[in-house]
Amino acid sequence: MSRIAATFAALKKEGRAAFVPFVTGGDPDFETSFAILSKLPAAGADIIELGIPFSDPMADGPTNQASYLRALAAGMTLIKLLDLVRRFRKADTRTPVVLMGAYNPIHAYGTARFMKDAAEAGVDGLLVVDVPAEEDEVLRLPAAAHEIDIIRFLAPTTDAERLKVVLDGASGYLYYASVAGITGVKSYDEAAVRKALATIKAQTRLPCVVGFGIKTPEQAGDIARFADGAVVGSSIVAKVEAGAGTKAADLVGDVIEFCAALAKSVHAAKRESVLG
Amino acid sequence: MSLSNSFRTGPDVRGHFGAYGGRFVAETLMPNVMALEKAYEEAKTDPAFAAELSGLLKNYVGRESPLYFAERLTEHLGGAKIYLKREDLNHTGAHKINNCLGQILLARRMGKTRIIAETGAGQHGVATATVCARFGLPCVIYMGEVDIERQKPNVFRMRLLGAEVRAVKSGSRTLKDAMNEALRDWVTNPYDTFYIIGSAAGPHPYPGMVRDFQTVIGAETRLQMQEIEARLPDLVVACVGGGSNAIGMFHPFLDDPSVEIHGVEASGEGIDTERHAATLTKGSPGVLHGARSYLLQDRDGQILEAHSISAGLDYPGVGPEHSWLKDQGRVRYFSATDKEALEAFVQLSKLEGIIPALESAHAIAHVMRVVPQMAKDKLVAVCLSGRGDKDVFSAAAALGETI
Repeated sequence: MSRIAATFAALKKEGRAAFVPFVTGGDPDFETSFAILSKLPAAGADIIELGIPFSDPMADGPTNQASYLRALAAGMTLIKLLDLVRRFRKADTRTPVVLMGAYNPIHAYGTARFMKDAAEAGVDGLLVVDVPAEEDEVLRLPAAAHEIDIIRFLAPTTDAERLKVVLDGASGYLYYASVAGITGVKSYDEAAVRKALATIKAQTRLPCVVGFGIKTPEQAGDIARFADGAVVGSSIVAKVEAGAGTKAADLVGDVIEFCAALAKSVHAAKRESVLG
Repeated sequence: MSLSNSFRTGPDVRGHFGAYGGRFVAETLMPNVMALEKAYEEAKTDPAFAAELSGLLKNYVGRESPLYFAERLTEHLGGAKIYLKREDLNHTGAHKINNCLGQILLARRMGKTRIIAETGAGQHGVATATVCARFGLPCVIYMGEVDIERQKPNVFRMRLLGAEVRAVKSGSRTLKDAMNEALRDWVTNPYDTFYIIGSAAGPHPYPGMVRDFQTVIGAETRLQMQEIEARLPDLVVACVGGGSNAIGMFHPFLDDPSVEIHGVEASGEGIDTERHAATLTKGSPGVLHGARSYLLQDRDGQILEAHSISAGLDYPGVGPEHSWLKDQGRVRYFSATDKEALEAFVQLSKLEGIIPALESAHAIAHVMRVVPQMAKDKLVAVCLSGRGDKDVFSAAAALGETI
């Protein structure tokens, strides 16, 4: 069983949702990023989404855009991102790591070669924001050969007809973007998210996590009552940004403390079936 | 020529030109681009749509635009006869309006109530603001801070026309960043907003659709040349940034084997420097702004900043059909430096009384290089994609004059 499948199976048994933090790989630099990454599982992360720095992200708001530029300025590359995962895997063989970002860095690396190297490094899934279901064969075929899940997005704009297309061939889990927009800007409408999840869950047995616009422990807890996981990105990344100029240990401490609060709220959430 | 041997059948149903093109956008935008594709396919076969568009092109834009024999430039260069396709005489001063009219009619058919666009030189922004004023729709134009500075007359024109010009401060603060920001706007406002992309780039159906709206340039040129010279041109030339005037000029000639076709990119301070915008000449395939195409990128797939004196060519990508035509060998791509373009800008002004846009001056610069080597009975058709009024400030600065 893959790490992703094992994680959701265990969560189901425990009757709780996944806390899924997003941090940008190499932000603000390689060593600090590694320190954050290595402390996330103990802080309560069930799955880690690791952002691939890119110069021209189309789906990200200002906070994540700035984090990519910080990482790139500190010399981050996709090769080093895999090094980061490799190092993480030495101490943690259980927590799934999903890389998230734009396609071009993977394309430049060589898609097939990347899947092989990523699997060897210990990557479990890929969320490529600008490769929709209609185009993701180029990812899925080489990914399948190395047992990497290509995680697909669903959005408020995804209608019933498209939902079928997106579910056909999906693996790992699904990522529902709770707002139409870029990361970290708008806030979600809970009733609308519940309705969308009910529609999705009626058609698939894959777990569905919710992200975009979840900023506080309280919001993460609210989402965790009915989604299979709550993804928090920009507000964690903002802690990294706020820590600029402070000692690395203090920055890491602040980020981890915030993640622990998010995790606590997610894990304490009382589960309700969205299917009612 | 059999269908399979044609260069004019693309894109395929998935929006691919060979290995290029496609729909590389966030899931949030997929329903939008698919709805646009459907609306465009319906409009294409609707005689009422064609009639409304051609009426506007005639009476609002002033088409057809002349194919003008540049007698003194021809004499000066001493080679082939040079004809200029006068897109500079269109309403708003460039070819961009051809596409904007097509897209705003589509936006109306789709019931969209808000228009957004990106602009580099400001020509597409002005054309978009113009059609929005004409049809009474609110309009937001994204423009890089650097471009706002070097294209001030166009910024004023857009505001005068009622558009809101939003300065883009991220990245290189030029066309690429304006497009990023426009896409972020669209993903945030997918229900009411129509994105009028100005180049034959972006996700399917834009590259093919923008080309179709611009093909009027080449189609007219083809007929006009036959009327004037009773034959087709031997060489067709256009400048290439994203490549909309070029693909519109080239497309009707792609299946005429006797017609040689040259695209001219901007090589800025030199093709061997780091400051150029020669994507097809120096770039490699990648994925940006919704399509797979040639890009200026580093080894890690990070996008490099382009450079050109001409804001409209200052873009590290190119429309996917050009990438395909390059690989097919049907179109050859060259480049002209800032300096060569400036020289052409001055020469055309002095010899023909026509001040070209700095973008179009790149095509003229290439013509000035190749025409002297061609026999006098050969015919060259060049797309003069825009007029240079907007460039007088930056050209004066580059020439060391103060106005």
